[in-house]
Amino acid sequence: MDNRKVILSVKDLVIKFRLRGQILTAIREASLDLYEGESLAIVGESGSGKSVFTKSFMGLLDANGWIDSGNIMFEGEDLAQYKSEKDWLKIRGKKIAMVFQDPMTSLNPLKTIGKQVQEAIELHQGIKGEEAKKLTIQYLSDVGIHDPEKRYNQYPHEFSGGMRQRVVIAIAVACNPKILICDEPTTALDVTIQAQILELLKGLKEKYNLTTIYITHDLGVVANVADRIAVMYAGDIIEIGLCEEVFYNPQHPYTWALLSSLPQLGVKGQELFTIKGTPPNLFYDIKGDAFAPRNPRALKIDFVKRPPYFQVSPTHKAKTWLLDPRAPKVEPPESIRALRQQWEVESNG
Amino acid sequence: MDKRSKEILLEVKNLRVEFGKRRKKFVAVDDVSFHIYKGETFGLVGESGSGKTTIGRAIIRLVEPAAGEIIFDGKKINGNIDKELDKEVTRRIQMIFQDPMASLNERAKVEYIVSEGLYNLKNYKTDEERKAKVEKAMLDVGLLPEFLSRFPHEFSGGQRQRIGVARAIVMEPDLIIADEPISALDVSIRAQVLNLMADLQKRKGLTYLFIAHDLSVVRFITDRVAVIYKGKIVELAETERLYQNPLHPYTRALFSAIPIPDPKLERSKNLEVYDPNCHFDYDEDPPKWIEIEPEHFVLANKRELEGYKKILEKNGVQVLI
Ligand SMILES: Nc1ncnc2c1ncn2[C@@H]1O[C@H](COP(=O)(O)OP(=O)(O)OP(=O)(O)O)[C@@H](O)[C@H]1O
Ligand SMILES: Nc1ncnc2c1ncn2[C@@H]1O[C@H](COP(=O)(O)OP(=O)(O)OP(=O)(O)O)[C@@H](O)[C@H]1O
Ligand SMILES: [Mg+2]
Ligand SMILES: [Mg+2]
Repeated sequence: MDNRKVILSVKDLVIKFRLRGQILTAIREASLDLYEGESLAIVGESGSGKSVFTKSFMGLLDANGWIDSGNIMFEGEDLAQYKSEKDWLKIRGKKIAMVFQDPMTSLNPLKTIGKQVQEAIELHQGIKGEEAKKLTIQYLSDVGIHDPEKRYNQYPHEFSGGMRQRVVIAIAVACNPKILICDEPTTALDVTIQAQILELLKGLKEKYNLTTIYITHDLGVVANVADRIAVMYAGDIIEIGLCEEVFYNPQHPYTWALLSSLPQLGVKGQELFTIKGTPPNLFYDIKGDAFAPRNPRALKIDFVKRPPYFQVSPTHKAKTWLLDPRAPKVEPPESIRALRQQWEVESNG
Repeated sequence: MDKRSKEILLEVKNLRVEFGKRRKKFVAVDDVSFHIYKGETFGLVGESGSGKTTIGRAIIRLVEPAAGEIIFDGKKINGNIDKELDKEVTRRIQMIFQDPMASLNERAKVEYIVSEGLYNLKNYKTDEERKAKVEKAMLDVGLLPEFLSRFPHEFSGGQRQRIGVARAIVMEPDLIIADEPISALDVSIRAQVLNLMADLQKRKGLTYLFIAHDLSVVRFITDRVAVIYKGKIVELAETERLYQNPLHPYTRALFSAIPIPDPKLERSKNLEVYDPNCHFDYDEDPPKWIEIEPEHFVLANKRELEGYKKILEKNGVQVLI
C-alpha cells in the first residue's frame, strides 16, 4: 500500500461551526492519506463527522462552518486555503464529485431527469445534442432505470426514492471525476439494485482508475466494496486498516461496539445490542478518548489523555490506549469473538 | 414464540393503484391482496419503485385506489365512508414516513409536530390532557419532554426518527405502517429503534406493516413477509420459511444479494439474477397464487410449481399440493 501514490492527503484537519453564538468542533485534528485508485469506506456513528469531513474536500461546508486549521493537499495545492467559489469550481464535480445522502436535495424538481443528466454530460464531457442524449439514456440504463427513453422526460417527483438515487449517481459519474465520494449511495435501494450499483461503481473505478470514498452505515456494503476502512468517532478517525483487518481484527472499543450492534447477531424476540449513552457534546472540549464514557472497559488514562495512533500492522492503526504496551490485556467482547468464530465456521462450511 | 392471534386486523383485497391519466397511465400497484393479523409484524420487501410506499399510502388513504378494498377491523375503509369511521381510522392507523428529514416540518417545534394529529382530530378535552399525551409519547420513545421546545434540525438522525415514531404512537394507534424507519440510521441507533418498536408491540399490542430494504433486519423483526415486484406480490410466507426456502426467482435474486458484513463471504457470494423472461409460458400456462407449504404462498404456473415442489421436497419440507 505504501508504494501507492497518495492522491489526497489530509493533515490535522479541524472544522468548526458556529451555532447560535456557540462554537461546535465537528472535526478534531483528523488525518487521512487517500491512495490513488483505492476504495475507502468511512463508517461510524451518526453525527461523527463523516459527511462534514468529506464535504470539506469540495468546499461544500454550510455557511456557518469553516476549516479552522490543517491541510487538504490535492494535486499540489492546499484545498484548505481555498476561499472563493471560483477556486472551488476548478475542483467540484470536475475533479472531486459527490453523491449525496438525500437524493431529493441534489435534483432540481423543475427539470426533467433526462435534462439534468444530459447537462452534466454536456458540461463535463464536451458532447452536445443528440449524442449527449444518447449517452444520457445509456447512463440511465446503466444505473438500472427501466424504460430510459420514457423516463428521460419525467420529473423527479414521478420517481420512487430509489430511482432518484440512481439518477444522482448517473449525474456524478457523467462528470468524469478523479475522486468520487458516495455518501450513503445505496441505502434507499433494494438489494438487487444495490448490488448492481456497487458493481457499476466498481467497474467505473477499474475503468477510470477512479478513487472512491464510500460513506455508509451498511457494513455489508463495506465488506463488498472497501479496500480499506476508516472508523470515525466524534470527529476523528479512531481506526483505519485494510478491510479484512478491521472486520476480523478490530482494535478500538468503538469498532467492537459497532460490529456488535449488527442485526445478524440478534436473536429473534430478544433485544439487539446497542451502545449505551450518548455521543459527546461537540460544544465542549473533549478530554482523553472521546468514547471512554460509553466504554464499559475504559481505562483510567482514557479519561485523561487522548490516545495517539498505535500501529497494529503496516496498514492498520488505531487510537486506543489498549494498544499501549503498558495496558492491561483486554479481550474484545464475547459478541465480537462469536462473530469471528461464526465467520470462521461459515467460511469453512 | 407465536405472539400473533389469528384475528385479522387489516385486509387488503385486490388493490390497484394507478397514476396519471389515459396514455400516460401507470399501474403502480396491481391486484395486491394480503392480510395482517392483530399483533404481528408483517414485512413488505421488494424492488425500489415496486409500489411499497404506495400501498402504505393507500392504507392511510393518502391515495385513492383504482380498484379493490381495504378492510380494517372488519370495516371497509376506502371509498366513501361516514364521518365517525373516518375519524376512527385516522386515529387507529398511523404511518412513519420513509424520510425523516423530509417528513418533519423543519419550521415547527417538536411539540407541534407530535401534537399535529391530536389537533386535527381534537380527541382530547383540555390542553393539559393533550400535553400529557404528548409527554408520555416522548418518554415512550426514550426522548425527554424538555425536547418538545426544540426544532427538528437540533436532533441527530436517530432522535429525529424517534420523533416520527412519537408522532405516530401519540395517537394510540392499532396499526403502524413503518416505511423504511431505519435506513438512514447507524447500526447502533438502528438497533435502538428496532428494540423500541418491539417493546411497544409487547406493551401495547401494536401491529406493524414494516417496509424495508434491509433484509437482515426484516428477518429479525417480522413474522411474515410479502415480496413485491413491479406492483405485484410474487411470494408471501412466514419469515423463516421464506428465508429457508425462497422459491420465486425474484425472491431468490433478492435474497442472494443480501449484503453480508463479512468481506470473505460477501465477495464470494453467488448473485442470482432475475430475468422476467423465465416466465415465457405464462400465456399458455398462466400463473396462480398457490399455498405450496403451510403459510407459504407463491405466484407460479404449473411448470414452475413442479420445480418448486422438487426444491421443497429435497429440503425435507412437507408440500401441500
Ligand atoms: N451546518 C451545521 N451547523 C452546525 N452543526 C453542524 C452543521 N452541519 C453538521 N453539523 C454537526 O457536525 C457534526 C458532524 O455531522 P455530519 O453530518 O458530518 O455527521 P455524519 O457522520 O455524516 O452523520 P450521519 O451518519 O447521521 O449522516 C454533527 O454533530 C452535526 O450536528
Ligand atoms: N405521485 C406519483 N405520480 C406518479 N407516479 C408515482 C407517484 N408516486 C409514485 N409513483 C410511481 O409509482 C411507483 C411505485 O412507487 P413507490 O414510491 O410506491 O415505490 P417503493 O416500492 O416505495 O420504492 P422505494 O423502495 O424506492 O421507496 C414508482 O414507479 C413511482 O415512480
Ligand atoms: Mg452524513
Ligand atoms: Mg418507498
